Amino acid sequence: MNERVQRLRQKSYETPVTLSAERAKWITEFYRENIGRYSVPVMRARAFAWLCEHQTLYLGDDELIVGERGPRPKAVSTYPELTCHSADDLRILSTREKTPYLVTDADIELYEREIIPFWRGRTMRERIFQGLPDAWKDAYEAGIFTEFMEQRAPGHTTLDGKFYERGLREFQADIREALDRLDFLHDPEATAKREELEAMHIACDAVIRFAERHAELAEARAAEETRPERRKELERIAATCRQVPAYAPRTFREALQMYWFMHLGTITELNGWDAMNPGHLDRYFYPFYRRDVAAGELTEEEARELLQCFWIKFNNHPAPPKVGVTAEESGTYNDFTNINLGGILPDGSDGVNALSYMMLEVMDAIHLLQPQGNIQLSRKNPDRFLKAACRVIRKGYGYPSVFNADGVVEQMLRSGKRIEDAREGGTSGCVETGAFGKEAYILTGYLNLPKILEITLHNGLDPRTGKRIGAATGDPRALRSFDELLVAFQRQLRHFVDIKVAGNQFIEQMYAARMPAVFLSVLIDDCIRNGKDYNAGGARYNTSYIQCVGIGTITDSLSAVRTHVYDGDALSMADLLDALADDFTSDPALRARLAGETPRYGNDDDAADAIMCRVFDMLLDVIDGRPNTRGGVYHVDMLPTTCHIYFGSVLGATPDGREAGKPTSEGISPVQGADRRGPTAVVKSAAKMDQLRTGGTLLNMKFLPSVVAGEEGLTKLGQLVRTYFRMDGHHVQFNVVDAETLRDAQRHPEQYRHLIVRVAGYSDYFCDLGRALQDEIIARTAQGEGAEGE
Amino acid sequence: MTEGMLFDIKRYAVHDGPGIRTTVFLQGCPLACRWCHNPESQGTVLEKGDQTDGTRPVGRRVGVEEMMAEIERDVPFYDESGGGVTFSGGEPLAQPEFLAAVLDHCGRHAIHRAVDTCGYAPRQTLLEIARRTDLFLYDLKVIDPRRHAELTGVDNEPIHANLAALCETEVSIELRMPVVPGITDTDANLRQLVALVEALPRQPPLRLLPYHRAAMDKYRRFGLRIPLPDTPEPSEDRLREIRSILTSSAVVVVP
Repeated sequence: MNERVQRLRQKSYETPVTLSAERAKWITEFYRENIGRYSVPVMRARAFAWLCEHQTLYLGDDELIVGERGPRPKAVSTYPELTCHSADDLRILSTREKTPYLVTDADIELYEREIIPFWRGRTMRERIFQGLPDAWKDAYEAGIFTEFMEQRAPGHTTLDGKFYERGLREFQADIREALDRLDFLHDPEATAKREELEAMHIACDAVIRFAERHAELAEARAAEETRPERRKELERIAATCRQVPAYAPRTFREALQMYWFMHLGTITELNGWDAMNPGHLDRYFYPFYRRDVAAGELTEEEARELLQCFWIKFNNHPAPPKVGVTAEESGTYNDFTNINLGGILPDGSDGVNALSYMMLEVMDAIHLLQPQGNIQLSRKNPDRFLKAACRVIRKGYGYPSVFNADGVVEQMLRSGKRIEDAREGGTSGCVETGAFGKEAYILTGYLNLPKILEITLHNGLDPRTGKRIGAATGDPRALRSFDELLVAFQRQLRHFVDIKVAGNQFIEQMYAARMPAVFLSVLIDDCIRNGKDYNAGGARYNTSYIQCVGIGTITDSLSAVRTHVYDGDALSMADLLDALADDFTSDPALRARLAGETPRYGNDDDAADAIMCRVFDMLLDVIDGRPNTRGGVYHVDMLPTTCHIYFGSVLGATPDGREAGKPTSEGISPVQGADRRGPTAVVKSAAKMDQLRTGGTLLNMKFLPSVVAGEEGLTKLGQLVRTYFRMDGHHVQFNVVDAETLRDAQRHPEQYRHLIVRVAGYSDYFCDLGRALQDEIIARTAQGEGAEGE
Repeated sequence: MTEGMLFDIKRYAVHDGPGIRTTVFLQGCPLACRWCHNPESQGTVLEKGDQTDGTRPVGRRVGVEEMMAEIERDVPFYDESGGGVTFSGGEPLAQPEFLAAVLDHCGRHAIHRAVDTCGYAPRQTLLEIARRTDLFLYDLKVIDPRRHAELTGVDNEPIHANLAALCETEVSIELRMPVVPGITDTDANLRQLVALVEALPRQPPLRLLPYHRAAMDKYRRFGLRIPLPDTPEPSEDRLREIRSILTSSAVVVVP
């Protein structure tokens, strides 16, 4: 890192996160003035253009890549058209202990005076909650599932390489062509398409204008600049912003800036989940890099510096602040941008190039919260690449995470994608599989599997509230066999998934009708050709995911019931239920027996793992392949973010000996501490799930630093990963840290401000995590060598 | 039915031969090295030891079939990494029938076989096992016979003669020496080691295993007297020195 990068990095790290009401102000002003004047898509586009024209610009000293969503780094915009924070929300955000967003009194006053009064009753969140049935609300409040779209827009998407070859002006030509082709005589949707296409055209102008304003600012700064070197840099910035995004980039630097404007455009238009993912940056940037270096216009050092400056821009953009349950399921500054490296090119060849390695080095050098990165590891990629990634992993930031590129392609082929689209795809957010630049693959919410078992064990009642929220699947004391219990569970599962999917369909249509993402639609094939919005099924592929949480907890719970109630004769179902009801307080020995003398998932124990597979098959049966309203279908995802903490908090004691309120297991990882037979056993258990039939799974492993020490430790870690992928595992990520360090960080947070650990599909500053989550991470089994005793 | 007595099985063993391995620790050892990392394997401590620590009791009987099922669980990892199974202990040669039967099975299933031995066994046993083994991890400690007897309880002459005989066979061998400060790392011992290796029919590579104090905890747990309470772990500098001393001889040190 040179001094410039060090300064930029330091600034990004140290600047406190603030909330900026500026976006809210411009959007509100525009809506108030123009209500009823335009169609919905054109209204969205014009409001976006208004914002791009008026938003305060930021151009920092030292910067080479320019543009911020807010008026300055780490000033986070709000989206009152989706969720309008109350004055109380803002005060809480500003003063809470963990991950605060500082809000000025002036902004709170502006909210009270203008923003809240205008949006009251008009926000998506309110309209969605008004339109959902009581059964949905009951299940939601009980913590059976969460809802992604109640305060953030559908997102989870990833861009591909198309705009490195063509500028927005060329996309506008496509849009005009699509407009010309509209057939009002035969196509009943022609009017809607015209509005959508016109909106896309306006949105392109808006982003081009946003860039031009940066060019003007840079020119003005250059005119005043006394240091000749900086003046030259500013002139270069100005020239870059006049080229991109209107026209295709010609150089490495322009390619980076091109992406950055696309990123800013999409995250300013709406607050889609996972911010925006750039996709395979190594392969997109590589032709520019090679050409510039060959032409003598760029040195490796300059390329590295530009990449580092680019990296830091992501960290300047913390996640928009969430409220309520959503804040609990993902309470973090991280906005989940996840950069893909390696993988397979569309023609099937090895995708690793010189930039893949350079970006791993940049990731290592910068190691801020954002962006996070992953490698898409194909059997075609060299071991050298894997080893370079393991070298960064060993540092303990928890990234890069590692994905099975060949498995990801197979998942997409299974769901009917073209092979070149599948290879151009990868994973984003935490672990979600998608075809980059061509798919709207939308997470809809987490599903609390152990809670559904709890409801089953109470014949449809939620024991926490005494309220009937589930189906009457029979008194559990009357179920005569383990199979009967599983049948009851499956009925209960279907009951809740039906409620969830019905709710999703409504919400999807609400977004399609009321909240199109017109700029994003320009960038996702085939929205232009279809004249349809990203949120309305305009993409080539349209997937909905339900993310299932707690497979480890439910497997162990079912295994315990089978072992101790149905196969053993020492415990009756009635006694078990009584023990769960009083959280084992009157029989702690029973808790120890249930936890300690049950075959448990994560130990390569065929009996336990077979239960996991049965539950997984039920999930597929109930969820996979159901149609959504956008012309696509549902698939299963197995990822938790931080929802396992929230889901555990609404869950009583479980038959695996877990106490009431404690976190559930996360991803497809075993219950924390239940895996006692080493990392190969964990990997084998996890691989028994047919992961190719998912849209992503998440496996966390924690290693003691000593096990991955030395070249050999590194090689063998890589081999462990390769073996998991031979068995069709989807993803694995590592924390390389010992529990003592983490406990010390809890005692002395001031000494560990920089400590980054893997949480779920992302890493976070350990000290920013809530206590329950910190404890959960400490409780995860640390893999030493081999099995018990270590 | 041949049965073996184990005291542990470790999967993802990464220091017991090439690749990712499963290491099977057989109970019982004719030696009683003062620096032993696995005192619970030495035989009689089994009955006296504190067995409440792990989830399994120390020492259990297994049949060949059960043993094979456990070993085969990690075949995908062996395949990927060039790993396999390592028999350690205790002293695996102390249970020759069981060991031979399991090695034969592994051979039929194309699983790479390593045997980690102190070399103190009847010649015939050693050679029978060698026919069924791909790699020997052969421990050398203190070369001086009197010192050896003091520190391990046995004469090392048969160990050295066995090693020479093993070198006449085709089996791969890796020599291993625990670096215990003041005991095995003395200049005299290193000189004698070099002389011994140079006199062998062939010169297998040597790996240095730095002594570590982690086993102290085990001694405490098993209620044993801590044998080397003041011996430190070897310093990086001393390890480097030892390497350079050995490198100037015919001994090839594994990095």
